[in-house]
Amino acid sequence: MKVLIYGYGNPGRMDDGLGNELVNALEHWSKKNNIDYVEFDSNYQLNIEDAYDISTKDVVIFVDASKEDIDDFVLTKINENSNLSFTSHEASPGYIYYLSKKLFKKAPETFLLHIKGYKWDFQQGLSEGAEHNLNKAIAYMKIIIKNPENIIKFKHNIIIQN
Amino acid sequence: MSQKITIDPVTRVEGHGKVTIYLDDDNNIKQSRLHIVEFRGFERFIQGRPYWEAPVLVQRLCGICPVSHHLAAAKAIDVIVGAGTGDKLTPTAEKMRRLMHYGQIFQSHVLHFFHLASPDLLFGLDAAPDIRNIIGVAKQNKHLAVMGVMMRKFGQEIIKVTAGKKIHGTGAISGGINKHLTIEERDSFLKGENNIDQMIEWSGEALNFLKNYHRNNKDFIDNFASFPSSHLSIVRKDGAMDLYHGVMRAVDNEGNRILDDVSYQDYLNYIAEGVKNWSYMKFPYLKHLGKEKGWYRVGPLARLNTCDFIPTPLAQKEFEEFRAYTKGKPNNMSMHYHWARLIETLHAAEVMKDLLNDKDLLTGELIVKGEKQSEGIGVIEAPRGTLFHHYRINDNDQIAMANLIVSTTNNNDPMNFAVNEAAKQMMQGKREITEPMMNAVEVAIRAYDPCLSCATHALGQMPLEIVLRDKNENIIQVKRT
Repeated sequence: MKVLIYGYGNPGRMDDGLGNELVNALEHWSKKNNIDYVEFDSNYQLNIEDAYDISTKDVVIFVDASKEDIDDFVLTKINENSNLSFTSHEASPGYIYYLSKKLFKKAPETFLLHIKGYKWDFQQGLSEGAEHNLNKAIAYMKIIIKNPENIIKFKHNIIIQN
Repeated sequence: MSQKITIDPVTRVEGHGKVTIYLDDDNNIKQSRLHIVEFRGFERFIQGRPYWEAPVLVQRLCGICPVSHHLAAAKAIDVIVGAGTGDKLTPTAEKMRRLMHYGQIFQSHVLHFFHLASPDLLFGLDAAPDIRNIIGVAKQNKHLAVMGVMMRKFGQEIIKVTAGKKIHGTGAISGGINKHLTIEERDSFLKGENNIDQMIEWSGEALNFLKNYHRNNKDFIDNFASFPSSHLSIVRKDGAMDLYHGVMRAVDNEGNRILDDVSYQDYLNYIAEGVKNWSYMKFPYLKHLGKEKGWYRVGPLARLNTCDFIPTPLAQKEFEEFRAYTKGKPNNMSMHYHWARLIETLHAAEVMKDLLNDKDLLTGELIVKGEKQSEGIGVIEAPRGTLFHHYRINDNDQIAMANLIVSTTNNNDPMNFAVNEAAKQMMQGKREITEPMMNAVEVAIRAYDPCLSCATHALGQMPLEIVLRDKNENIIQVKRT
């Protein structure tokens, strides 16, 4: 099974870098534990070429900072979404999933891990609250990584809210 | 009853644009404005930081063109560390930076054309919004859509190996570059499955697609949102197109030189920025011509109007056809930005091929240093146009002053003209404002591929809201995208 964990956001905007931070931490942990079936990637935002990359995987988990009304983190299944932004500055996980399905005929099991953030200033480093949420999300993702086949069994939209 | 239309954005991040269209009692267009309604003051944010951090810090401006800001800042910091004004870098450093930059131009132009422009061209302004996207393109022409994805991926991979990483790349440093290209990296681009020859071929295909569309839709492509203007860019000293380094040149709408190959280190002698109370985005103009006559266009269309030739064979052939279309005079047709952008895409692919075959990338000195200066200016032709970075440092090596004029800001006046022309052509005298009419206004702005986040020095997406107002400023209609 090929798994991709893909964090996106701008680490220069404080908590917007939550996805990137999670990827850094888990990549380090996976190497240390000789886990070779998970690939990691991160970027400022998703873009159309990511559709090709996810088409070569079985399970994809996107990770993004969230301003939603959640406690700490939530994992949801991605629904396809064909909406086009006015500019090239935005592509949602649903859009990337949709592109993968339509252009490359591949539809990996795709999820989004939303991690609650609080501060978005022009600074590097996470806020205290975001750091706390990140650690909880990392602990949860370690369990997922050890048994990625379990995630496919979840069919509900909202998988977990801690 | 007179009316006012406003186009306004709504999404999660700052940096949005709004268009307001004022109608009179007879539904004629009285005035149109593109407002930028968010401001973050990035220049002040970097004050006090060590100067050598600038090339990395400024990438926080934008997640779409961080490489352009990275390189413009690096060029300015080169001056500060005594590495000259573009002519003293080692061959390895300059060529690695050029490869990074042309990779950025390639991926950005490809993204714009395939992701944003091609749906409008394939389906027309009056197509339903839910098919006017790349999925719609895939259904009609799957090869075109896949080509767009794989070309964009190629450009991104070039950036990754030259900048060092996708986020906050560190490739360009004060006075040079921090790495060579490895043989393995080079060969992946020269010999891989979707290699540089494939990119050149696909660039030609995309260009042919557009030219074919143009042949069948001459009236729209030639006349929609067209207006006369001046054009500005940097060019190589011999007049060749050079997107990385050169002298500043501007021509008026007849082709007369109004800025004659001057050093961009003196840009403050030639360019000033005006302000208007309805937008946070400034309005640059050539000082000697004043605010009313001194505004100009930048970007692909301007670059093809200012340069004398393109120094790669396939793009040069296309350039000759492009210039012949207006009988050698400057091309003032807004929708020809797309044509110019694809010629530059082909040029970028040719330049990348030449650079990948250059042994200087694999070996050689990486950095030069000289006598430290207290001020530096770096200018580059970013995908969207001329980008200025200007820094002054204090005795503690901290940035004391920063001034950025980004590409989209340079195009502020032209975008307002384009909106007004589009509104006049599509809405003048009409009793009802329809979705296709609103989309036409967006199509006119999109031709400039603006990045309003950069322009106001804020981060985020650039959604748009259009509002129609009557003569008493009452909102008649709103469209959000």
